[in-house]
Amino acid sequence: MSLTVLAVDDSRTMRDMIRMALLPAGFTVHVAEDGIDGLEVLDGIEPDAIITDINMPRMDGFGFIDAVRAQERRRGVPILVLTTESAPEMKSRARQAGATGWIVKPFDPTKLVKALQMVAG
Amino acid sequence: MTDHNDPMAEIKASFFIECEELLESLQDGLQEMDEGSEDPETINVVFRAVHSIKGGAGAFGLEELVRFAHRYETVLDEVRAHRLDADSEAHKLFFAAADHLSDLVRASRDDLPMPVAESDRLLTSLEALLGDLPDEEVRPEDFEPLGVTLSLDLPDLSDMEAADGTGETDHDAPAEAAGDGWIIRFKPEAELFDTGNEPQMLIRNLCALGEATVTCDLSDLPSLDRLAPETPYLCWTISLSTTSDEGELREVFEFVDGLCELSIRRAGAAPLEAAGQARTLEIAPPPATPAAVPAPEAAPPQSAPALTDAAPPPVEDGADTPARKSKETGAKSVVRVDLERIERLVNLVGELVINQAMLSQSLGEAGLSPHSDAMNGLEEFQRLTRDIQDSVMMIRAQPVKSLFQRMSRIVRESSAAVRKDVRLVTEGESTEVDKTVIERLADPLTHMIRNSVDHGLESPDSRRAAGKPPQGTVRLTAAHRSGRVVIEVSDDGGGIDRKKVHQVAISKGLVPPDLPLSDNEIDNLLFLPGFSTASQVSSLSGRGVGMDVVKTSIQSLGGRISIQSERGRGTTFSISLPLTLAVLDGMVVNVAGETLVLPLNVVVETLSLGPDDVQMLRPGAHVVRVRGGFVPLYDLGVMLGYRPARDTHQGAIVLLISLDDGNRAALVIDAIQDQRQVVIKGLDDSFYRAPGIAAATILGDGQIALILDPADIIAAEGPLRGAELALTQGV
Repeated sequence: MSLTVLAVDDSRTMRDMIRMALLPAGFTVHVAEDGIDGLEVLDGIEPDAIITDINMPRMDGFGFIDAVRAQERRRGVPILVLTTESAPEMKSRARQAGATGWIVKPFDPTKLVKALQMVAG
Repeated sequence: MTDHNDPMAEIKASFFIECEELLESLQDGLQEMDEGSEDPETINVVFRAVHSIKGGAGAFGLEELVRFAHRYETVLDEVRAHRLDADSEAHKLFFAAADHLSDLVRASRDDLPMPVAESDRLLTSLEALLGDLPDEEVRPEDFEPLGVTLSLDLPDLSDMEAADGTGETDHDAPAEAAGDGWIIRFKPEAELFDTGNEPQMLIRNLCALGEATVTCDLSDLPSLDRLAPETPYLCWTISLSTTSDEGELREVFEFVDGLCELSIRRAGAAPLEAAGQARTLEIAPPPATPAAVPAPEAAPPQSAPALTDAAPPPVEDGADTPARKSKETGAKSVVRVDLERIERLVNLVGELVINQAMLSQSLGEAGLSPHSDAMNGLEEFQRLTRDIQDSVMMIRAQPVKSLFQRMSRIVRESSAAVRKDVRLVTEGESTEVDKTVIERLADPLTHMIRNSVDHGLESPDSRRAAGKPPQGTVRLTAAHRSGRVVIEVSDDGGGIDRKKVHQVAISKGLVPPDLPLSDNEIDNLLFLPGFSTASQVSSLSGRGVGMDVVKTSIQSLGGRISIQSERGRGTTFSISLPLTLAVLDGMVVNVAGETLVLPLNVVVETLSLGPDDVQMLRPGAHVVRVRGGFVPLYDLGVMLGYRPARDTHQGAIVLLISLDDGNRAALVIDAIQDQRQVVIKGLDDSFYRAPGIAAATILGDGQIALILDPADIIAAEGPLRGAELALTQGV
């Protein structure tokens, strides 16, 4: 199942890793460096799923999810939060913002693929 | 793994580069915090830097780095949340932790042993800051970098895919029909669909935990004419036999908590709640394919609006593909290039410059009209060559910021070693310098900074006694000045004790006792090999490798170093460097039949000598009159040993050059040949280092010419005596 995924993370290493995890699975991967960048990239694409970090400059993951959900046509796009945070209050904030799932870094590439296939498939 | 084709190794390498950038912003942020920044973004930047290092480190299994970064980050998070008020002592600790983090990054990169004991020491101090906070707010130990590689709160569907042999699972595979029975009732609310969730997925995930029977309750479903498209009408009851506990079942619904009606209870005597026109689907865990699994699609009205929105439109791989591709490369297009490739390009451009010079020369000699096509073309060629060269040099140019940041660590460490309170102020961090210059500046600069902290600044007590603030300041600045880069290290210490320096130099036999020296000359004694005035040899600056080594390193970069010092007020060391080590705007001159190149930027003026312009102070020492003042005159041919001293300089050409200390000197040459860019070819170590000879170059006709450093030649000539100096002052 080939999916188009937008990955938003301020760490280049993470973006590289996500790309490396998803490209072999035949995914199309778009990347962005923070929430604002993510929204701009999102403008030109129709992703099947979005992966986002929480701690980012300019616009963090919560703000980004909020902004995506505010777009009528993006309300159903699954958004996975990919972060090192595991505090319950963080998860709860992300969920309130409209996140679909939560993945804790470091991640296993094959599981990330599966998770995406699961939420977007 | 050092396999070059290993993409993971590549990402790891890029991770370490990113770490350097993150460490840089960490330093910057801490600096701002320490300077009292109230901007919440400052602490955010600091936090994110450590956080991102931790994240990447986790991906590569760099446990010690993760461990330290995590606990450091935890403390920073308390500051971020305003639960911890960091004072300047705390800031010191943060700096030390940042330094240590950078050590850990480098040790991880170079596979060196981890300084674990130092980590522990710092962590203990860091966590002591949290002393008064309630325990539950700080959980430094609960982060497991490598244990569970993926804790997907959406439960794993791996069980379902185990059939094809690819599935792996974090939890035990469901025991065959074993475990407890559970009854789960799940009724989504409209908001559930706004979070990208859908019942199908949740039910499928639940089913993956064991053996399930799913029942869909259609009783609320109205007739088609009364159907509200955005209202969910369906309710599912899942009867599940699983080894998972209630917590794991609830985890499946973690992200839809509050977005659905959910009840989970043990299957007991109580039968399923009556389900009107229930449809029952048999779910067998392993072989289920997503399409075959649950019921939602069977109930279009409920999920239609949300899911239609949600459903990804068919992916057309046609028209929009190029646009996607371009986005995929990221917003900023940055290319990482191996330095070797750039070096090669720089060398080629050097060859191009030489080639162009040769071409100009032969076309000039061919006597072509300046308006001929060939000459016009040549002019264009020259312009392009220069542009290419500038552009190539720009590739190698880097801000001195990273270098300066390293120095702030040196200040912290050295001031702690000698128990002085020192503040480093930096200016001009964005000044760009050739990368090779930056690299080779690190050692001399380190030495100079240590020197300032150790010898330049007084002890806090002496400072107080002198009416100064006990905290000393070391200032590190960079700026572009007339085609060169000037880097200054200054302190607000006691200044150079010239009497003492002079005495030491005399006692060590470095200068004859009877030679009167100007202040500037005494200051320059510090650069003599083996000179040291510290009454005690400190562990910091040591002895032996003194300022002479610094001077030599700077000279090898084509630079010069000078001192200005004022008693009681402090000392400034200025390093003046060429922007690049590759090319030079030069003046090609003839002296005694030799062709030499002088850096154009030191030449202030050219004069032709008249009969009365030169006056002799004593045999071998002349001055030249320049608009009412006098400038010491040096005959290049004599200084370089090309010819004996002459009685008259009449008719000779004189280059008025500016020296770093603000003085001027006049150099006698025979003729000016040309002004042009020359490619600097370093003289390797097999050549004896002659004072004043900086490098060599190849001229247009293929001839090799030496590039001179006029200030160095004049310094080698020895100082003018007091009276002579007095005469030349004010010019």
